[in-house]
Amino acid sequence: MSEKLLYTKEHEWVLVKGSVVRVGISEYAQNELGDIVFVDLPSVGDWVEEGEGFCVLESVKAVSDVYAPVSGKVVAVNTELEDSPELINESPLEKGWIAEIEVEGEPQVGDLMNEQEYTEYLKGV
Amino acid sequence: MKQTPLTAKHRALGAKMIDYAGFEMPVQYTGLVEEHLTVRSAVGIFDLTHMGELELTGPGALDTVNRLCSNDASALEVGEIQYTCITNEQGGIIDDILVYRTKQGFLLVVNAANTAKDYAWIKQHLQHDTELVDRSGELTLIAIQGPKSAPLVEEVLGLSTAELKNYTFVEPEYKGVPVLLSRTGYTGEDGFELYFPNQFAEEMWDAFLTHGEKYGVKPVGLGARDTLRLEARMPLYGNDINEETTPLEAGLGRFVKLHKEFTGSAVLKQQKEEGVQRKLVAFTMLDKGIPRQGYPLLSLEGEEIGAVTSGTHSPSLDHPIGMGYVRVDLAVPGTEIQVQIRKRLARAKIIKGRFLP
Repeated sequence: MSEKLLYTKEHEWVLVKGSVVRVGISEYAQNELGDIVFVDLPSVGDWVEEGEGFCVLESVKAVSDVYAPVSGKVVAVNTELEDSPELINESPLEKGWIAEIEVEGEPQVGDLMNEQEYTEYLKGV
Repeated sequence: MKQTPLTAKHRALGAKMIDYAGFEMPVQYTGLVEEHLTVRSAVGIFDLTHMGELELTGPGALDTVNRLCSNDASALEVGEIQYTCITNEQGGIIDDILVYRTKQGFLLVVNAANTAKDYAWIKQHLQHDTELVDRSGELTLIAIQGPKSAPLVEEVLGLSTAELKNYTFVEPEYKGVPVLLSRTGYTGEDGFELYFPNQFAEEMWDAFLTHGEKYGVKPVGLGARDTLRLEARMPLYGNDINEETTPLEAGLGRFVKLHKEFTGSAVLKQQKEEGVQRKLVAFTMLDKGIPRQGYPLLSLEGEEIGAVTSGTHSPSLDHPIGMGYVRVDLAVPGTEIQVQIRKRLARAKIIKGRFLP
């Protein structure tokens, strides 16, 4: 899994599986947000544009957008988060995944960072 | 950014620091929810040195306070404290403050963001023979809040708090240092606030943390201070009240004494006779979603009736709650309203009284 796990500068992660990408937020991002108490998920069937806020995470104090790393159609959402938003804090990379987006053609993820590059990037944040 | 004498302590404790009213302040240490629940179940310690302290002395001090503020300070004995609003000509709230009646005169404890504004306003409106001194820079303010606050304060200061009623204060000494200790707070819990000279800040802070260990004390940041006060339905200046809202609209009528004259009193008298158009209410969410400041409030029929002024996910209730102004005919406990949360509408219900404790 690690070889296809990529990161955005906005601290989302992306897991590419053919034409479908799974999206979540990084360990760093969940720690910055603190206890997540509400997730406003997108709906299956929604069309999202790259860079658009397509999901909202709320901690007690703050509201944060999750930005779509690619353009495409939402084909799955993690409905477990509706009742257990804390999964994002506890398991950001696995049980806390947010949604899957299907792109037309190959996912354009060339600009995204691999694990090592992201670790370097965090040093400058 | 200004610092408090405790900034180094906060950093050493690993606090996340933010700019609040021009001060570098701790927003949280270990976690907002944990800190919040500690104040509800045990005891928390807060650095509130950013708050302003303005002292009025001289023969005209009482007249000045009574001319500027909505409550009646002539009722205060030495050692008593009053919540009151400084109002403008339109009856809008310039600040909500605590007035301490001291032996020397009056100590006004004001919101950090308003200290300079209040000072200038008061200076302009001093009555005969009154002196105004800004003591904010020399005083440290620590709050000890929670059900275990009394035994902790008693232990550290070596005194009994049994006779210290809510909204009163005493002036004991701690190792020869003059301290002002009041039974006040902004959490809804039993609690105390201590004012003392800056040079003893670190020593006092450490004494409370050390003695407080057995009571489960934790340092608490401004994040939890906000959720605690919201559960206790206490308004926050800048969110729930400002110069465009009056104390009557904000439900602070019991702190408005219209038998005396003060700035804006004629407007408030008229507003009281005619009735307010909107009222500050507290509500709990029935649908999912967290209300946030600025979100529109609507009737069930979809008419816009006001806006959210404060909202959060209540750590104690594990449920979203909020406050906001609504049209007066709908400002009735039990009424269902709607909050526009991004693109959707979520139902909420107006409650009576506070959420907690």
